[in-house]
Amino acid sequence: MSMRALYQEVILDHNRKPRNFGALEKANRRAEGENPLCGDNYTVYALVDDQGVIEEVKFEGQGCAISKAAASMMTVRIKGKSIEEAQELVQGFRHMLTGELEGGEKELLGHLTVFEGVAQRPERVKCAVLPWHALLAALEGGEKASTEGEHDVWHEE
Amino acid sequence: MEFSAKKRAEAAERPRDWEEIRSDFPILKQSVRDHPLSYLDNAASSQMPQDVIDRLVWYHSGEHSNVHRGVHTLSQRATRAYDQAREKVARFINASETKECIFTSGTTESINLVAHGFGRLFIGEGDRIVISAMEHHSNIVPWQILADEKGAEISVIPMSDRGELILDDFDEMLEGAKLVCVNHVSNALGTVNPIEEIVDRAHKKGVPVLVDGAQAIPHMAVDVQELGCDFYAFSGHKMCGPTGIGVLWGRKEWLEKMQPYQGGGDMILSVTWEGTTYSDLPFKFEAGTPSIAAAIGLGAAIDYLESIGMDRIARREAELLAYGTDRLQELGGIRIVGEAADKASVISFVVDGVHPHDIGTILDDEGVAVRAGHHCAQPVMDRLQIPATARASLAFYNQEIDIDRLVAGLYSVKEIFGV
Repeated sequence: MSMRALYQEVILDHNRKPRNFGALEKANRRAEGENPLCGDNYTVYALVDDQGVIEEVKFEGQGCAISKAAASMMTVRIKGKSIEEAQELVQGFRHMLTGELEGGEKELLGHLTVFEGVAQRPERVKCAVLPWHALLAALEGGEKASTEGEHDVWHEE
Repeated sequence: MEFSAKKRAEAAERPRDWEEIRSDFPILKQSVRDHPLSYLDNAASSQMPQDVIDRLVWYHSGEHSNVHRGVHTLSQRATRAYDQAREKVARFINASETKECIFTSGTTESINLVAHGFGRLFIGEGDRIVISAMEHHSNIVPWQILADEKGAEISVIPMSDRGELILDDFDEMLEGAKLVCVNHVSNALGTVNPIEEIVDRAHKKGVPVLVDGAQAIPHMAVDVQELGCDFYAFSGHKMCGPTGIGVLWGRKEWLEKMQPYQGGGDMILSVTWEGTTYSDLPFKFEAGTPSIAAAIGLGAAIDYLESIGMDRIARREAELLAYGTDRLQELGGIRIVGEAADKASVISFVVDGVHPHDIGTILDDEGVAVRAGHHCAQPVMDRLQIPATARASLAFYNQEIDIDRLVAGLYSVKEIFGV
């Protein structure tokens, strides 16, 4: 795989100019995602209404281009979705990164398939998935997602 | 199997050139992702020359048994080789006595041994432990655990933006201190610390000094008596030896007073239900069956390094460091982190607008292995207000071409990221 396939222009663009970047004052859900091995650290904020629809979502923090672009594109994609839809997207995203895409998931992911190249770089999978798991933790009422230890995002598998 | 005598005789006749020395390392002869491998992660772990690999194979093929407890031939062979390895270690660091060299699993265990055996005995409530600002986590966390347990305090020797220790207030810091913990060479920045001065000033106040030598021992001749410190810790796998073996050198006067670190077999003279008498040094600190093969491998690594000569290695690495520093500086937008006047061959750097992990991935794609991250030295990163760095750490078996490939890879990084 060429590095251009991994670092696609859209990823670099989101890295340079992350969308929905910053704290969300009125958030009612919030969780941190961290990778203690490399120091990547993000906070994901969400405002979820009574019907379980994500009205607004923002993030802040620091990390590599893969994790930052993943976070940025996630916020764009997730706005206006229900918690169930967000959970389906997380599952599809994970399946893509582990090379286990199921029928229909690729279509569901749409633009997010620019991260498909990450599957060829197993050591970077944790980078791409980190913000998604922070989001999931926030939506499910947790406070923390980590790539290691008891908050390990792959822990249940 | 006297590699050493043969090697030294050869070396006396003609110094082998660096090309030839590099070819001693079979792992360096491979390609990674269709590029020749340029291994620049030596500060994390160095590679083993064929002599060391052969020594391990020979041990497992013809000598392996348990040590210090067999009347049979194999046990005697293993014991002899193991004891000889300790003698080589003692000679290599110029310990005054072989029994001052304790085999451990590595630097981390060596430091934990001191925290346990020395710390629990001599450090109490309100006492102070002085630690430098540029330590690896392995020389921080054991002391935090001890300080928590005992109610002791930790004071930090500050460092400058260039990555040099600031010793202006060191003498005041030593008041009420029971131990100074400092690395000889910083793994994150490459800084060589003035150990002799630190020891001198600490000893004037009666404070002993523990030196983490993990990053110094592969790069320079280390003489523990000349340094004057009280403990010196290092690992085999950073000096062309195997993993799972390290050394704690300590002054006999301290080691004899210290309590054992772990209890078990091989560290006792007699065990009855009424009580136990511990063995003498060094065995008091080596409970259980040690890493026999790895210790013997470390002995072979010492032979190998001595066959080249530590002074010659230091000169070569200084050349490579100067070349690497120059070449990196020719690239715009790159900042070298750690600019001490006295540096070992470690080049930590950041590229504007690119996270070190992305640098690491792109370099790997071109066969160049570097470390990216906080290098187990988060307080150093916090002090310099950066999340992480990329780090190229050079060994004597690297060549200018490895640095050229690093620079070529960095041009790719800049091109891909448009910086």
